[in-house]
Amino acid sequence: METKITFSVNGQPRTITTDPQRSLLEVLREDLHLTGTKYGCGEGQCRACTVLADGKSIASCTTSVGDVDKQSILTIEGLAQGERLHPVQEAFLAEGAFQCGYCTAGMIMQAVEILNTDPKLAKTDLAARMQRHICRCGTYPKILKAIQRAAV
Amino acid sequence: MNTELQLAGDDYQEPIEHVEYDFGLNRRSFVQFLSTGLLILANAAPALGQRREGGRGQRRISNVGARIHLGKDGSITVLTGKVEAGQGARAELTMAAAEELCVLPGAIQLLMADTALVPDDGITAGSRSTPSTVPAVRQAAATARNMLVQFAAKTWNVDSKGLQVRDGKVLQPGSEKSLGYGDLAVNEEALGEFSKSTPSADGLTARTDWKNLGKPLARPNGRDIVTGKHVYPSDIVRPGMLYGKVLRAPSFGAKLVSIDPAPAKALKDVIVVEDDSFTGVAAPTTAIAEQALDALSKTAKWDVSPHPASSALYDYLKEHAQGGVPPNPFSEETGHAKQVLKQTYKVAYAQHAPLEPRAAVAEWSDEGLTVWTGTQNPFGCRGELSRAFHVPEERVRVVVPDFGAGYGGKHSGEAGIEAARLAKAAGRPVSLRWTRAEEFTWAYFRPAALIEIEASLDERGKLTSWHFININSGGSAIDTPYNAGKARSRFVNSDAPLRQGSYRGLAATANNFARECFMDELASAAAADPLDFRLAHLQNPRLRAVLETAAQRFNWKDCVRKKSPNGGVGLACGTEKGSYVAACAEITIENGTISVRRVCAVFECGAILNPANLHSQVQGALIMGLGPALREQVQFENGTITTASFRKYPVPRFADVPEFDIHLLDRPDLESAGAGETPIIAIAPAIANAVFHATGKRIRQMPIQLSEV
Repeated sequence: METKITFSVNGQPRTITTDPQRSLLEVLREDLHLTGTKYGCGEGQCRACTVLADGKSIASCTTSVGDVDKQSILTIEGLAQGERLHPVQEAFLAEGAFQCGYCTAGMIMQAVEILNTDPKLAKTDLAARMQRHICRCGTYPKILKAIQRAAV
Repeated sequence: MNTELQLAGDDYQEPIEHVEYDFGLNRRSFVQFLSTGLLILANAAPALGQRREGGRGQRRISNVGARIHLGKDGSITVLTGKVEAGQGARAELTMAAAEELCVLPGAIQLLMADTALVPDDGITAGSRSTPSTVPAVRQAAATARNMLVQFAAKTWNVDSKGLQVRDGKVLQPGSEKSLGYGDLAVNEEALGEFSKSTPSADGLTARTDWKNLGKPLARPNGRDIVTGKHVYPSDIVRPGMLYGKVLRAPSFGAKLVSIDPAPAKALKDVIVVEDDSFTGVAAPTTAIAEQALDALSKTAKWDVSPHPASSALYDYLKEHAQGGVPPNPFSEETGHAKQVLKQTYKVAYAQHAPLEPRAAVAEWSDEGLTVWTGTQNPFGCRGELSRAFHVPEERVRVVVPDFGAGYGGKHSGEAGIEAARLAKAAGRPVSLRWTRAEEFTWAYFRPAALIEIEASLDERGKLTSWHFININSGGSAIDTPYNAGKARSRFVNSDAPLRQGSYRGLAATANNFARECFMDELASAAAADPLDFRLAHLQNPRLRAVLETAAQRFNWKDCVRKKSPNGGVGLACGTEKGSYVAACAEITIENGTISVRRVCAVFECGAILNPANLHSQVQGALIMGLGPALREQVQFENGTITTASFRKYPVPRFADVPEFDIHLLDRPDLESAGAGETPIIAIAPAIANAVFHATGKRIRQMPIQLSEV
């Protein structure tokens, strides 16, 4: 039941032949060795696994790799331009918006989507928009500050 | 499983949950070790060329060389057995070394928790890194700096007294000469002396002269975190590595009667291991490993045994209290008292739920076994692996990359042992990552507590006796800090229905919850304001200071008077492990749901070393504490955890965060204490007391829920 899947990951065209039912998260981590995207729960409840698919944030743990055929995937590894960090990454560093850092990739990818699609949200409903993400270290206030900082 | 106490610092013991795997060498699955040659660190590590005078894995190191490595290129590597799990040890220990070496923090590489390279600084627990390891690192670094000065004095044939050290260079005022750590490293004789020298407190930098300590330092590897480059234990990839899965029992205590490995083995490239009580699989991808596990579990027959349910938990704990519940010995005081109060408090089981579940990669070679894993106890895990596989400790190496949090929940090394068992059978490295459901079920839990308190008041509203019994959860912060007349506090073990162990603050949360809620009840009985009642019984100046500061900043007296119809305020304080916390909370109640609106917390842990990190730790502990205070409770039935997902175990999220006023009291005149735990102990009782202020109802249970009334 292996299928050929062609998609782009961080701007690079990729073709893999695999079981299309495997999760995008597993394929990113195990086949493409992009381990910046994290497993936290496997059921879309913590969003540590957030990546952008055609610009939209998705939980890669509950998305089958077959479902992103022909799509363009952006992961945390694809955000910086060479040595130049994305403004959201800069802001997370500036605010110290992480402790163990395991949720950070998912938080940053979600923030990038918000700033790309509706930057006004960063000023108003930000906490509600981030509600699906868990930071077990409780760094929430600093994460909000970081996203607001990047939105300026 | 059994529990023993293990040293976490000079004078602190932490309960350790043991893992009881035993894979004897005469068992059938014994395989040849795969020869992979030299082991290489997955994370970039310095080549430690300097001759080492012992010190690897050594406790109480006796020489500077075991702690500090000088590269001939001028690089400086500081070695520690402590781990980084988000609590900030990496920044703090880097600052400590930079302070005494007189270099910028960026000049130091801190190598943490690789048992083949670092000294054993004990388990990372009990808030001991700050009071134990920071001084150890500072002493070694101060001695290293003194050695550099002596080296320069000898080289230049001058008196060392006139020399200065700046930015890692010894300078002689009035001359152009300078010598750095790299110059010392290229001199064989000087380096030998350096490595052998004994760390001492001579020349420690006075607090008033600190250039690094006391100022904020961000996490040194923060850039790797925000770019996704940092390699967590679950991210380690080794050549030829397989992915593992372990067959778990359907319920606690269930024994495997029979299993047919054939359907799993029929899958391509799948390895099945059956050994002792262990059954697991390894496969080229996680998806195939899951299919194999599924095939295995369909053939498994289990013998299940009865297990108590959480619905009858507290009766069960009391019935099984070892030696029974001791009676109150203060009958004379209670007999003569104006009032006697007696109450029972219940605290549910809680789960750490670190966002990175247990994970490990294991690899066997001619050199022995290497395990990369996220544990707070690297040397303890090395011992567990050594015992499980009957391999001497010298042939076991545990490497702990900075990992996705522990909160006291990762003292054990189950994933490492399981990965090693699979890797041994496979003859290839194996990565084993627990699922969230496994972490919620097979890790250990913060113990549930049943607490009974009885106290007496005289006609002036003064406490005359205090009798406090904690059943099952532990003795942390069990002694009352108040003047309570005759006082006795005791912890009584019970037959715990779940595997239990440490947690942020351990039993201090349960003990402080019960005590601080009960103090509020006593204040009501004495017709006193909760703040005044506490202060009237409190002498400790540090605890008084945090409580009075919090009350003042929160505007306590006004808030009590101006009570809103559906809201209320409460306060609590406490001390544990040498630090002090007070919290005032404002809540509202809508449709029976409690919302925490505003929290003022004041925390004091002596001299503040890294204010930015301290703020994160205090705020994080308060937010984490909201979970078991309001919602989190592990429930179980028929030997199964029925709350084994984030859907059913609702940890705090963005919307739960109240408005914070966090104030850190700096006491540069006092020694620094650890700060990762104690800030969590005051938030829950402050909320419960606010619920009473709002509703007139006492909720004597965590989680604090109105439906329990």
